[in-house]
Order: sequence, then structure tokens, then C-alpha cells
Amino acid sequence: MTSAPGSVTIVGASLAGLNAAEALRREGFDGPVTLIGAESHPPYDRPPLSKQVLAGDWDPDRAALTDSEELASDGIEARLGVRAAGLDVATRELTLDTGETVAFDGLVIATGARCRTLGGTEGLDGVHVLRSLDDCLALRADFDATPQRVVVVGAGFIGAEVAATARGRGLEVTLVEALPTPLGRVLGDEMGQVCADVHRDHGVDLRTGVGVDGISGDGRVQQVRLSDGSVVDADVVVVGIGVIPNTEWLEGSGLEIDNGVVCDPTCLAAAGVVAAGDVARWPNELFGETMRVEHWDNAAQQGSHAARRLLDESVGPFTPVPWFWSDQYDRKIQLAGRVRPDDEVRVVNGSVDERRFAAIYGRAGRITGVLGFNRPRHVMRYRALIEQRATYEEALSANF
Amino acid sequence: MRIVVDFDLCESNAVCMQIAPDIFEVRDDDFLYILNETPGEADRARVQECVQRCPKQAISIAED
Ligand SMILES: Cc1cc2nc3c(=O)[nH]c(=O)nc-3n(C[C@H](O)[C@H](O)[C@H](O)COP(=O)(O)OP(=O)(O)OC[C@H]3O[C@@H](n4cnc5c(N)ncnc54)[C@H](O)[C@@H]3O)c2cc1C
Ligand code: SF4
Repeated sequence: MTSAPGSVTIVGASLAGLNAAEALRREGFDGPVTLIGAESHPPYDRPPLSKQVLAGDWDPDRAALTDSEELASDGIEARLGVRAAGLDVATRELTLDTGETVAFDGLVIATGARCRTLGGTEGLDGVHVLRSLDDCLALRADFDATPQRVVVVGAGFIGAEVAATARGRGLEVTLVEALPTPLGRVLGDEMGQVCADVHRDHGVDLRTGVGVDGISGDGRVQQVRLSDGSVVDADVVVVGIGVIPNTEWLEGSGLEIDNGVVCDPTCLAAAGVVAAGDVARWPNELFGETMRVEHWDNAAQQGSHAARRLLDESVGPFTPVPWFWSDQYDRKIQLAGRVRPDDEVRVVNGSVDERRFAAIYGRAGRITGVLGFNRPRHVMRYRALIEQRATYEEALSANF
Repeated sequence: MRIVVDFDLCESNAVCMQIAPDIFEVRDDDFLYILNETPGEADRARVQECVQRCPKQAISIAED
């Protein structure tokens, strides 16, 4: 396709999809825009689901990103509670779970990701994952009702936040992590240990280097068996062991699927088809690496970028420095860049003991990332250096 | 153009500061400070980018 589409269909009505729709209008696109979303809620924000909403501090309404009036006034037709079941790029048709076939011109794929689950827990009450508002409200109801003892499986960002929020509600928390340190595979063990200490300081029973062998109960969960032979009593279990991109509906579509929808550097997956957010995998030329990023900022930026690319083929590659924040207890943790656990890491500001510091990561002479504990200003400054491809030496001698 | 930040929403994550460090600054006390509440028209595009990219939708522009 060489010219701009006459109409645009967006599949996935969450952060990336909504940002794509809004970007189309901002760019002056005045053709029909249809937003198709499997959830019945208008687009809402997920970060509060493990924080303020789960804590009970926020009404779920406060997580809304928009509402039906606003969508209507932007001329965005929202079809909510409807799932795309199939796509054919050659005939340019979508099939919906209602049985309908919808012809499209331009298409944005923004179907995000869903939680991995632990096998063998189906039908056991009290076992949760956390991705959607409905998940959050179900977990919150369990936090309100039964629970004295919560077991969180997986100490990644989501698991860590759930543990922190549960502690904030005064619940007893056991956090189980298969790796030697929480987030060790991302941050390396030195910084992973800092995360471990933060949990323990807040009264979490953190078990590292152990897996889950089984979850059992009679109708409702009662016990979690760990790989070291120990057994932990549980009223509520939250499983936070990562996500899987939602691409099953694209089987046989003609698109290349490989741990996400494979795109070119500009987010184009096929002529007139772009992808954005947690579902998209693309070569980020700034890092010379193909990536799929599961962060808020990426979904928002990539949604806009992909929409602009659909309208204008001269729009260039998408080259962000990935950036993420996580609120745990009273700490704001931020990570920018693309770090590996064996990167060199050095604290450049503040104090690890006080849990207020910035640390920068480097590999092959270049700064690869920055980690901040309550240091947003430094994270943003070093993020700019990463964007400029600064050397590690330059970054170490910068004085922010 | 006047910049309005809803400090109940702002989480001090400094996205705005990265876009416009001459207008927004998050200091070591973790609070956001607006360095220039009434920037000129030349800054409008950057401020609009801040409005759009703020993860908390905490920034708005008042035309008074
Ligand atoms: C609890 C929680 C807390 C988080 N906290 C943070 C944080 O603090 N900081 C941060 O940077 N990031 C955070 N994130 C990550 C961030 O929310 C995600 O990166 C972001 O939501 C991705 O947006 P998306 O639009 O790509 O996908 P999603 O938000 O996953 O949305 C995809 C949408 O598509 C729909 N869909 C799927 N398949 C179909 C289909 N076939 N047809 C129609 N619709 C379909 C889904 O139902 C869903 O509504 C958090 C995520 C969660 C779950
Ligand atoms: S981007 Fe928004 S939330 Fe972040 S510091 Fe600026 S105003 Fe506050």
C-alpha cells in the first residue's frame, strides 16, 4: 500500500490501541476509526491495578483512560466486548467472535499480552493472576474477605508490587522466587539483592531459589508446596510469572509471529498493517536489537508511532529507550535502557543503604541502562545519555 | 498559555522533565517544580508533548 488508508481498524482497546486512535486524529486523519476490544470496559490504565486500586485507595473509575463520550466526540467507534478471532492479510478481512467478517483498510494490532498461569490450579478458588480490571477486583475482593496469608509466586515487577500492596493492607505475605534474587535476570544479582532487602525490611517472607511444586486445597486454595520440600499455608495465591503476547488469533493470517508480531523498524508488519505495545516485536535500531517491550511508556509511544506510520510511509524507525517505573512500598523504582545481568553496574548517586540511589549499567564501553530508587531526575538524565549513545566513561564522569 | 499540574495525580516520574527540562524539574525531594509556568508560544509543541506523554495525565494547559 503506498497511500494512506481510507479507514483504520484497531484491534485491542487498551493503552497502545487508544494511543493509536488518538494519534490518528491528532495527525488530522478524518476517515472512520474503529476500536475493537475484547474487554467490556472502555480503555483503562493497568499500573494502578497492582497499586492504588488493589490497595483500595482508588475507585476503579479513576483508572479509566477515557470514556464513551470522549471516544464518540473524537469520532472513534468503539466495539467493546468483541474479540477478533482471525485475520487474513491477503483478503484484508478480520473475523470477529460474533461470526462477522469485517473488511479493513489500515490495521493496528494492539492485542497486548496475558498472564502465564500455573498448570493444575484450574477450578481452585483463591488463585489469581493480575492483568485486567476484572482480575484486580476479584483479587481485591479476596483480600477484603478471606485472607490472612497471601502467597505471591514470582518476584518480578508485578509480583513485587502485589506483595508490597498486600503488606500495605496488613496481610501476611510469602513471596516465592525461582531465581537467587528478585529480578536478578534483569538487574543482575547485586541490584536484585537490594530488591530482596527491601521486601524483607517490609516483613515479607521472601523465599528465593525455590520453585512451586504444587498448589492444593479442597475447592479453595490451602497450601503451596515448594521445591525445597517446604509447605506454605495460603488463603490467597497470586501468580506473577510473566506474560504471553496475544497472537493466537493471528495464526494463518500471513503475518510472521515469533514471540509477538514481527515488525520492521518502523512498526510495519505487512502493507497497511502495524503493531504496537506488548504484542509487537521490532528491531530497535538504537540498540541494534530486536525487542518486545512490556512497559507503559512503550505501549503509549509505539501506539502513536505505529498510527503515524500507517498514515505516512516516510515516518522513520521507532527507536525509544525503554523505560519503566514500579512503585513498591514507599520506593519508586525506575529502569531505563536495555540492561543484562552481566553488565557492569556502578552506583553514581545517592546511597544504596538509604535506598535512594541511581546506578548505571554498561557493556562494551557503552552505557546500557540506569536504575533509580527514588531518583527520577537522574534516571531521566542518564536516559538521555543512553539515547545519545554515550560511552560508559562519559556517563560515569557526568555530574548530574 | 499557563501550565497547570494536578499535584494529586503527579507521581514525580520526570517524563515531563526529560522533554522540557527548562520548564519542569523533579528535585531530590521527589517533588516536581514548574520552573516556568507561562512559557511562550514557541514552547507550545513541547508542552503539548508533556501533556500527552505524562503517564498520569497530570498536566494541562490553561489559556488565560
Ligand atoms: C497490574 C499491572 C501493573 C503494571 N504496572 C506498570 C508500571 O508500573 N509501569 C509500567 O511501565 N508498566 C506497567 N504495566 C505494564 C503496562 O500496563 C502494559 O505494558 C500496557 O498495558 C500494555 O498495553 P497494550 O495496549 O500493549 O496491551 P494490553 O494493555 O495488554 O491490552 C491489550 C488489549 O487487547 C485486548 N485483546 C486481546 N486479544 C484481543 C482480540 N483477539 N480481539 C480484541 N481484543 C483483544 C485485551 O483484552 C486487552 O484489553 C503494568 C501492567 C499490569 C498488568
Ligand atoms: S510527567 Fe506527569 S507524573 Fe511525571 S513528573 Fe511530570 S507531571 Fe508528574
